[in-house]
Amino acid sequence: MAELTEVVVPDLATDPEDVRRPFRGLVRRPGFVVPAVLVLVLMIIALLPGPVAGLFGHGDPTVCDLGSSGDPPRAGHPFGFDIQGCDLYANVVYGTRSSLAVGVLTTVLALALALVIGLVAGLIGGWADFLLSRLTDIFLGFPFLLGAIVVLNSVGQRSVLTVSMTLALFGWPTMARLVRGSVRSVRGADYVLAAHTMGLGWWRVVTRYILPGAVAPVLVVATITVGGVIVAESSLTYLGIGLQAPAISWGLQLSDASDQFQNAPHLLWFPSLFLAVTVLSIISLGDTLRAALDPKQRS
Amino acid sequence: MITGRTALRVGQRLLGLVVVFLGVTFVIYLMVFSLPGDPIRALGGDRPLTETVIANLRAEYHLDEPVGEQYLRFLGGLLHGDLGTSFTGRSVTEQLRERWPVTIVLALTAWVFEIVLGVGLGILAALRRGTVIDKGVLAATIVLSAIPVFVLGSVAQLVFGVRLGWFPVAGSREGWPISFILPGLVIAVFGLASVSRLTRGSMLEGLGADYVRTARSLGVPPRRVVGVHVLRNSLIPTVTYLGTDLGYLLGGTVIVEGIFNLPGVGNLLVTSIRAHEGPTVVGISTALIVIFLLTSLLVDLAHGLLDPRIRRG
Repeated sequence: MAELTEVVVPDLATDPEDVRRPFRGLVRRPGFVVPAVLVLVLMIIALLPGPVAGLFGHGDPTVCDLGSSGDPPRAGHPFGFDIQGCDLYANVVYGTRSSLAVGVLTTVLALALALVIGLVAGLIGGWADFLLSRLTDIFLGFPFLLGAIVVLNSVGQRSVLTVSMTLALFGWPTMARLVRGSVRSVRGADYVLAAHTMGLGWWRVVTRYILPGAVAPVLVVATITVGGVIVAESSLTYLGIGLQAPAISWGLQLSDASDQFQNAPHLLWFPSLFLAVTVLSIISLGDTLRAALDPKQRS
Repeated sequence: MITGRTALRVGQRLLGLVVVFLGVTFVIYLMVFSLPGDPIRALGGDRPLTETVIANLRAEYHLDEPVGEQYLRFLGGLLHGDLGTSFTGRSVTEQLRERWPVTIVLALTAWVFEIVLGVGLGILAALRRGTVIDKGVLAATIVLSAIPVFVLGSVAQLVFGVRLGWFPVAGSREGWPISFILPGLVIAVFGLASVSRLTRGSMLEGLGADYVRTARSLGVPPRRVVGVHVLRNSLIPTVTYLGTDLGYLLGGTVIVEGIFNLPGVGNLLVTSIRAHEGPTVVGISTALIVIFLLTSLLVDLAHGLLDPRIRRG
């Protein structure tokens, strides 16, 4: 028995060398390094907005002076002032947190839902698979933004949590399909059968032998989802059904700016710049990872 | 032409559509009515309504019935083209009817931009493969697609409308095409990355194909090789994508109509959201979702006709 264990256990899917192979050499590519560094910087800003906002000496986004309402940039206030006379730089920096929080929280929730539904559908098959697949179809039938509009329209208190939950409700189907597909493709593989035969518990088989192969492609989609969710959140907030006033978010700043940009275009430029750079770095990060995973593009 | 197998495929697809349609509308209904918050009380604003008024309004909008019954009533109305009544007493269908033309014109304008620019850039990138032009097209389209539509719209409005004065800042007073060019471009830009990439990819595949090499070696002029032999076969994936995209373009009009103040369906949706017109929001979203589903069905069927492999597979 000891011999057999030694022969069977080091299977391909969990061997760290093999899982990492597609990503080897990634670190040297500018297409990976630049967005990765940007995302890292943005994450630091989101976690520690205080010190970053305080760089120019006026770090409190709630200290406002109506006398400076809509003033253009000047010394100590690199981005100028918003309509309430608050420092725009501090507000944009603090806005990073809500955007990234919604992006990451939504994706984590959607990913969890997708893993559970994809696993159950893929493993159990039969009627459970049929029901869950139709459910996936139904949620895929919603155009993302319209579905979110319908739900958020009737949510009274819209916070980071409720907005994320709503977006996650419409964000899981693509990932669930991916998980289901990968699970079905390895369900009957020899090494999974071997693991079962050896008497390993089903939980161990699932987490150590079935999931690792399914996770890499899903994580790529999840990365891109974060970018898409940030766009969706800011668009919904702009429409007036995303985050609400006491929250500080790019969507709210841009929504305010849209009435004022003829007199104070800097209100539009700076939050837009942050939003676009964030989304662009996240999406290109996902894109590079996808290219690395795609054997057709890897030579 | 229509064989038994095609009929079966169409039938299956239609059945699937019905299931998805029922599911989607039911999910909308369930979510809207099981969520906390009372639309009737919200109607009164800060001033509380009396119990009698609330009871009357509830009865009027059938809010006192169980969710299942309300859903069936909603579905019945939908089959008759009735999308409900707004809290101000106007029929949602009636309001939509006046606004569809603007939205359809806008979506089609955006679609034409997407086709011309996307396919054009894709062909250009494929013919100049590996050069600065190729990389520039890729980079530019990705950067543009990462900018949220409402940011792009506001920036375009500021630069081309206010500063340069090339296009009207907002409104549809000057009619088609001048009032629709800027909003149409803004919507189209989002899809450029996918369309040009798809076109480039299949063009490259086509350029390397045996029959193209044969045509070249026979001395067919390059222009004809690309125009007749490569393009015709390479465009099938792009055509499919463009078909599905028409549904998404309708969604894109929602925000852009709001920014450019075009009196379309999307603009109505935006104003209804801001005015807390719950029934109108649900009615419009449902209409848009139904159109989205129908478009994807049509594209699917058309795709089967274009590509015999799909029809027989």
